[in-house]
Amino acid sequence: MRQYFSKQNRTLLSELVRTDFKLRYQGSVLGYAWSLLRPLLLFVILYVVFVKFLKIGSDIQHYPVYLLLGIVVWNFFNEMTVQSLGSIVGRGDLIRKIRIPRWLIIVSTSISALINLGLNLVVVAFFMIINHVDVYRTLLFVPFLLLEVYLFALGVSLFLSAFFVKFRDIGYIWEVVLQAGFYLTPILYPLSMITSETLQKLILINPVAQAIQDIRYSAVTHQTLTIHNVFDGGWYVLIPFVIVIALLIGGITYFKSQADSFAENI
Amino acid sequence: MADDIAIKVDNVSKTFKLPHEKQSSLKGVLISRVRGGNRSYESQEVLRNVSFEIKKGEFFAIVGRNGSGKSTLLKMLAGIYNPTKGSIQVEGKLTPFIELGVGFNPELTGRENVFLNGALLGFSRKEMEGMYDNIVSFAELGRFMDQKLKNYSSGMQVRLAFSIAIRANSDILLLDEVLAVGDAAFQQKCYNYFEELKARNQTVVFVSHDMGAVTRFCTRAIYIKNGDMILDGTPNDVADLYREENIATEQPKPTESNLDAAKKPSGFSVSTKLAKQTDSSVVIEVGYKSRQDETFVGISLIRDGKTFAEIVTNPEYALVGSGNLHYTVDTSLYNSGVYEVTAALFRRKNRELLAFTKRGSEFVIKGSDPMRGAAVKLADTWKYDKANTIKP
Repeated sequence: MRQYFSKQNRTLLSELVRTDFKLRYQGSVLGYAWSLLRPLLLFVILYVVFVKFLKIGSDIQHYPVYLLLGIVVWNFFNEMTVQSLGSIVGRGDLIRKIRIPRWLIIVSTSISALINLGLNLVVVAFFMIINHVDVYRTLLFVPFLLLEVYLFALGVSLFLSAFFVKFRDIGYIWEVVLQAGFYLTPILYPLSMITSETLQKLILINPVAQAIQDIRYSAVTHQTLTIHNVFDGGWYVLIPFVIVIALLIGGITYFKSQADSFAENI
Repeated sequence: MADDIAIKVDNVSKTFKLPHEKQSSLKGVLISRVRGGNRSYESQEVLRNVSFEIKKGEFFAIVGRNGSGKSTLLKMLAGIYNPTKGSIQVEGKLTPFIELGVGFNPELTGRENVFLNGALLGFSRKEMEGMYDNIVSFAELGRFMDQKLKNYSSGMQVRLAFSIAIRANSDILLLDEVLAVGDAAFQQKCYNYFEELKARNQTVVFVSHDMGAVTRFCTRAIYIKNGDMILDGTPNDVADLYREENIATEQPKPTESNLDAAKKPSGFSVSTKLAKQTDSSVVIEVGYKSRQDETFVGISLIRDGKTFAEIVTNPEYALVGSGNLHYTVDTSLYNSGVYEVTAALFRRKNRELLAFTKRGSEFVIKGSDPMRGAAVKLADTWKYDKANTIKP
């Protein structure tokens, strides 16, 4: 483990993240402010459409914040996997000319996404305060749930980025999968709107859906339907975690097996 | 591995799988599977059973023509490619750089690129801050460091990249074609740096087409031809082989068709051909066609594409009609190098140029000190004041 976080790798990682951030808002007038503005504007649109026009979620306390939190977590998962997917191929010039640990590229992309998540959570916290959301003790679970989402996204990213080197189609396929995932995850609508209990169960097996509901439960309102409520406890609630661990191990194994030939295949 | 070995390459082969038509899409793969297996791949063996050892402190050259596999070999030494067969052991820290300015980003400023490039070389931010001023002054780019790299000229980029690269303090340096870029002043800087490396017994692996640099700096060299290592010897031997191979395969024999294009008044032509070469002489056959006019031929010898070794016209006889004449050179009088022979045909009366060879024939003279600048070997001697010299 020590060799993975040697001084050299840490320096390189911080330089890669720095570069990523400098280039992200390159040439835009507002620059980093977009990191905050983007989720804010998206929130305004969704709020107007879903809360004001369609009147969804009126039975849930603090629904606007509930909505925003879901979007922010989903966006993190979306951004991290999409950016990682193309990152190995995107850094092809580096990989073909220099020996750096390949996983550093994925980790640096994931750190950029994490920093963005942090900024977005600041916006969420701001709305929580002006909406007078009660502070629960369960707030302490949030970091662990975010870690779960991060590890899930990491497993997926490792797999996708390595696969993308050989099969470029995966980029388009993943776009469709994400779009489907967005609607199959209770982000815009409360889970209670789905009346079939079987469907609720199936939806919550998805680690991102489970984590979003748990985070909302922990941070915004205990009215949220979580995997505990839906399955009534029992070992079923562990299924999402098993999926996360399996995908992470699978992703690392596959990435490792492919990493040596990236330079030739890009 | 013995203590004094820096790199041991043991029976290394490298095969690339080259798709006939790159199948980067699932559809393509599915179709080719349906049509029967992986037939669309062709394996290309880029290196075959290469073995050698590089000792610590050696300035080691890998020489070969384009596409011979030398860059692949270097990339394997750098750990970028893995060998298909065989093993490579490296003792000590190795700079992963095989090219200048890897990771340079045009959208970042010069300053930011220095730190990024430094991190790729393995330096921490703090170490880079310590070296920063030296790097900038060596590159002579003080005023430009806060400008974006995309606004730099290519020469400026190379200077910056080089100034960072030479800070690398690893045990083994890998250099690929660094001299291919840059002007004369930059090349001089490179040479000075090489001198320095040589003086402090740095282990260097050097890939180059510049035989002057190879013979000047390297202590050992290998020659790679179509994936096989065919010579492991002194830089002089390898440089000689390189020059010979280049001529043998690259230069078309001067023929009539070469002359036709260069023909001035019609009906006149001249050609050259290497008729015979022994250890001490070269015979050049000059063919001419001069109708019924009285003509003479002029012959020039140029060494390494830059120094005139001789310009001569045939004495005594005037040439009439068409025929051949033979011009013999005593090569023991010349320093080693590649010599190009060209010929021209003139009218005797008014010295009008009637025809010339566009592309001459070439021969190689081997053996003597390639560091001598002139073509003709002068009989000279050196005397030393014994008190102030040592025998290296």
